[in-house]
Amino acid sequence: MKNVLPVAIIVAAIVALWYVACLPMNAQLQRDLFANTDNTTYSFSDFVTAEWNMDRPKLPAPHQIVAELDHTIFGLAPSSKRSLVYHAGITLQETILGFAIGSALGILLAVLVVHLRGLDRSLMPWIVASQTIPIIALAPMIVVILNQFDITGVLPKAAIAAYLSFFPVTVGMVKGLRSPDPLQLDLMRTYSATRAQTFFKLRAPASAPFFFASMKVAVAAALVGAVVAEVTKSEDGGLGARLLAGSYYGQTVQIWAALFVAAACSAALVAIIGLADRITARRMGYAR
Amino acid sequence: MRSRALANLAAPTLFGVGVLLLWEAVVRGFNVPRVILPAPSAIIARLATSAPTLVADFLQTIQGVLAGYFIGCAAGLIVAILIDRTPFLQRGLLPLGNLVSALPIVGIAPIMVMWFGFDWQSKAAVVVVMTFFPMLVNAVAGLASAGSMERDLMKTYGATYGQTLTKLRLQAALPFIFNALKINSTLAMIGAIVAEFFGTPVVGMGFRINTEVGRMNIDMVWATIVVAAVTGSLFYGVVALIERQVTFWHASYRQRPA
Repeated sequence: MKNVLPVAIIVAAIVALWYVACLPMNAQLQRDLFANTDNTTYSFSDFVTAEWNMDRPKLPAPHQIVAELDHTIFGLAPSSKRSLVYHAGITLQETILGFAIGSALGILLAVLVVHLRGLDRSLMPWIVASQTIPIIALAPMIVVILNQFDITGVLPKAAIAAYLSFFPVTVGMVKGLRSPDPLQLDLMRTYSATRAQTFFKLRAPASAPFFFASMKVAVAAALVGAVVAEVTKSEDGGLGARLLAGSYYGQTVQIWAALFVAAACSAALVAIIGLADRITARRMGYAR
Repeated sequence: MRSRALANLAAPTLFGVGVLLLWEAVVRGFNVPRVILPAPSAIIARLATSAPTLVADFLQTIQGVLAGYFIGCAAGLIVAILIDRTPFLQRGLLPLGNLVSALPIVGIAPIMVMWFGFDWQSKAAVVVVMTFFPMLVNAVAGLASAGSMERDLMKTYGATYGQTLTKLRLQAALPFIFNALKINSTLAMIGAIVAEFFGTPVVGMGFRINTEVGRMNIDMVWATIVVAAVTGSLFYGVVALIERQVTFWHASYRQRPA
């Protein structure tokens, strides 16, 4: 908690810098705007206030984004197509569904890799190599392919979220399931424990910290996947669709608002997993 | 030793070739339509026939990737060194940096396209923002990793701050910095390609993927993805190779006793 004050001061500094940055960013636009309306007698303070309250600024001032957030979150019914709650709901659905599929798949794969020697040698290099590939590039294609099979709506985008989230889980869980000491594994052997017993009594509990660490990465990746997928198939809505619509129509304030909501969703999901991590850590006794 | 290395290479190669053969067999055997999944042979043919387009796309995208990667990593490292000197900034900025690295930063792509135009500069800007925070967080952790014994030794030598920094702490931070460089090599590719979804001149890998999907030229999409995958792997591989040369002393590269 001792970090609260420094963080607050830094955030305040960033907001202040933001206001300052608006001035050069929007100056040309505002000058043109005044020139168009034959307004030549404006004072400096008029100019500055006008810059902070432009309709389509290059860089919107923070209070404009807050106003937009307030309007689109609390001002509109959650079922309205212009409500950010509606779009965030779509994105969250895809993210959570994709994250659930992706992490289940990732854990399954990790269990297989740890237990089948041949698979470890042949599959693991590919899993690692696949991390170096810009997987997100596949997003538009997966959406199209799944459309061919009449799979539409939330599922294609959840598939991309799953695709992005399963690699960190596999890699983290392989590490986690291998984390028990050789001594401990030998002890299990002297007990003549079966592989299943070794797995559930030793490997699985030992992998708990790795599990949560990779879950945090995976859920953030899943959200990125969902947002990017929405960009490529924007007619169903979602935060990515809001980003795209905003960039089409030059609605900068709308883009920033969607971005902040996406950031808040991501931070909230990571925080939930962090909380689960802390509770588990305390109960299992690996908390530091 | 040699035969073991060979076996380590053979297993994944066999697996990869097996997957490709299975893919080819499934596509031919079940007559999978070309618009759903083209056979590997069709993709290879496409790579050959559309080579000029693919090269042009590659050159367009790689500009943004490299420019953004270097600026982003350098900025992250410099800010990390600055932060390291002031504990206040460390306590205030690091939690924010950790937070930001979990955010969907690719979302800033439309804003950057608006600010810097359609060409590669806007892609580089997205890459700068994406690569900055992983480098910042890792480099700060790395700078803190030099042991207190070593630091005390530097103090007994009467070393200045700059000497301790260059001779001890930056060296100790190298494994962390390379970790960030490797993460960033992937992020840079992703950032540039996704940024191209939001608008580019009519060339570039992200543009190609997005338009050819619309035209149902799925084999061209796969060909572009192959190029992206090879580029990403090579990029990563080069960074990993440099890491091995520069941080040969690190535990993970020392020869294990047999």
